[in-house]
Amino acid sequence: MYNAGKIIIGIVIFLALITAPFWYNLGRPSAPPKLEIGTQEKQCVESKAFMQAKHMVLLDQWRDEVVRDGKRIYVNSTGKQFNMSLQNTCTKCHSSKTKFCDRCHTYLNVAPNCWDCHIAPKEQEKLAGRSDK
Amino acid sequence: MLEKALRGNKSYFAWIGFLLILVGMGFGFYLRQLGFGLGITGMSRDVSWGLYIGQFTFLVGVAASAVMLVLPYYLHNYKVFGKITILGEFLAVAAVTMCLSFIVVDLGRPDRAFNVLLYPTPNSVLFWDMVVLNGYLFLNIFVGWTVLESEAKSVPPPKWIKPFIYLSIPWAVSIHTVTAFLYAGLPGRGFWLSAIMAPRFLGSAFAAGPALLILICLFLRKYTKFDAGWEAIQSLAKIVTYAMIISVFFVLCELFTVFYSQIPEHMYHFLYLFVGLHGHSGLVPWMWASTVLAAIALIIMINPKTRNSPGTLAIGCAAVFFSLWIEKGITLVITGYIPSPLETITEYHATLPEIGIVIGVWALGFLIMSVLYKVALSVKAESA
Amino acid sequence: MDDTRRSFLKIAGLSMLGFGAKPVVDAVAGTGDPKFEKDSKAFNGKRWAMVVDQQKCLKAKEGCKDCVTACNSAHNIPEFNNPKDEIKWIWQTSFEHAFPGQENPYLDEYIKKSLKGLPFMVLCNHCDNPPCVRVCPVQATFRRPDGIVVMDYHRCIGCRFCMAACPYGARNLNWRDPRPFIKKENPEYPTRTRGVVEKCNFCSELLAVGKMPACVDACKDKALVFGDLEDPNSEVRELLRSRPTIQRKPQLGTRPQIYYIL
Repeated sequence: MYNAGKIIIGIVIFLALITAPFWYNLGRPSAPPKLEIGTQEKQCVESKAFMQAKHMVLLDQWRDEVVRDGKRIYVNSTGKQFNMSLQNTCTKCHSSKTKFCDRCHTYLNVAPNCWDCHIAPKEQEKLAGRSDK
Repeated sequence: MLEKALRGNKSYFAWIGFLLILVGMGFGFYLRQLGFGLGITGMSRDVSWGLYIGQFTFLVGVAASAVMLVLPYYLHNYKVFGKITILGEFLAVAAVTMCLSFIVVDLGRPDRAFNVLLYPTPNSVLFWDMVVLNGYLFLNIFVGWTVLESEAKSVPPPKWIKPFIYLSIPWAVSIHTVTAFLYAGLPGRGFWLSAIMAPRFLGSAFAAGPALLILICLFLRKYTKFDAGWEAIQSLAKIVTYAMIISVFFVLCELFTVFYSQIPEHMYHFLYLFVGLHGHSGLVPWMWASTVLAAIALIIMINPKTRNSPGTLAIGCAAVFFSLWIEKGITLVITGYIPSPLETITEYHATLPEIGIVIGVWALGFLIMSVLYKVALSVKAESA
Repeated sequence: MDDTRRSFLKIAGLSMLGFGAKPVVDAVAGTGDPKFEKDSKAFNGKRWAMVVDQQKCLKAKEGCKDCVTACNSAHNIPEFNNPKDEIKWIWQTSFEHAFPGQENPYLDEYIKKSLKGLPFMVLCNHCDNPPCVRVCPVQATFRRPDGIVVMDYHRCIGCRFCMAACPYGARNLNWRDPRPFIKKENPEYPTRTRGVVEKCNFCSELLAVGKMPACVDACKDKALVFGDLEDPNSEVRELLRSRPTIQRKPQLGTRPQIYYIL
């Protein structure tokens, strides 16, 4: 093999790079976080399974219906009506962004930018008085 | 072939290193802009496009000018341009890359840039500009590389490349026409609302681009073994001369219509530009510098004696280039916003980070150009 | 050998197609049958428009800015106190800035005497033929069937082509993060993120729940009149019938829908 030394170093660097995500996540918590739903309400706008898997799809759908079609009422599969608003409907029940949205999003390392514009609910917590600004 | 860019003498690597430092500096400033927002620039509610879009507009012209080599060489079989056509094509590649970079740094939300593809909107000129610029970039890389590769293998270029070459000719005209249409179709901006905008853009493009190429050829002749050939340089010089005359003529047409008709919303912009308006005269020195440079350029380029001597030709071409750089890179965009549609005056002053980013993008362009030219000239040196 | 490879590729290709189709099927089947509707309280105009009765806007001389303040707090508009970053949806300006090219010394005299030199209220004209919509490369700004020209802040890329196209200077970019400059957040309406364009939306969020625009509601002198042009009995139609009105830059063919009574 010509240039064996260089090739082997190259392969090592390549392997190190493609396995980097595994090294990066080594030692991080692997158990899913506990979410505080923040409400006594038994039923979300759709089933729990659906919301867990598809809430982002639903929110995008809501966004487009409200902004682009001017429709603001969502009638779910059981016929119940909701005002389609992250800021004024979702957070009325899910009153803690940090203990609900953020915990799971941080765990999964996703960073949706909803809260850049939408105003997060005021948290009761006295923790250092930090808001989300 | 790209490996040829990795071999060179000390001054070549010093130049590349210098450009990399500038690119890095520009990128540093860009990170600051990403963190703070476009408020870090001198742009404002009233003057909402500035140096970035100005540079973009100017460089579209430089890119389009490759056609001034491609057309005579491939369509009229003008052999004299044989050696430098590739330089024109690779200059276009570098210039279009700069254009696209300037668009990206100008976006308020660059993370959403791909929305232009997700929601294609044929009624928006910007959509078409995106299409023609990317198409032109592809055409020039593709044609330039393929032809150069054949040269490296000492075989004639493949036949199937011809349609792409012919396509690149009207395509070059389209990039600058569409860019002019960005401005020329806006109802409330008297400064830009002119049917001559696209021809004017093309005129200035075919002067500024070849002028830059002449400067590059003169430099290469003096400091490297590559000689474009004096006849080729002279032919380019004639193209620059005619294009510059036409470009100045178009501006004079504009001035006549505006000042003879005396329609205020068209006239105020030109008054602001040339003499100042209501005590605001931020662009007056720039405009007169451009005018004086244009006059010097015309004198040198029209006179055969001065055009034929390398020293004065270089001065003439530099004058052409900087005159048009001021006209399109600075005054054309900014003056469109002054006065505003409400006839108020907000002046524009570029900020340090903004200028840093502009220098960074230019350095990126020069870097691409240097690397591509290095490859092209190495191939030519070997096959000669 | 070749044959098996070909059939393998075929099957592989088909199964890839299946993967692509799965989310679509899921999206349709998974949600049951949800529906999207308008609020029953919503105002349903066919062509919204506004008449600004400058003769009634009398307190402006004493510094009244009720409409501007109401708009700013309803829409979480930041206050930068500098013209460079400034964001304004509705604001006051003088006649020669609102109607450039239409001023003359005698009209000036009229405005000084009969209108007491009042400032003019300017805002987005919600044009019937809006240049901003024409130029937007991503349809982030668009005209609704009821005539309101709105922004989709989720989609805007911040190219500012619309700001160049608007002949009324009605559009604003968020040059920097607006949040620290919002005096008091209205939890009913979102803020914006830096890098997107915004402008007056005729309070489409209020119309949707059966409320009048904030500026109209805030004006105690009823100088701002809002209504449906397609309804011949509406107040705006009555005003347009009985009083002469002018529009800003009608010669540009944008068909602006804010009418002014001098």
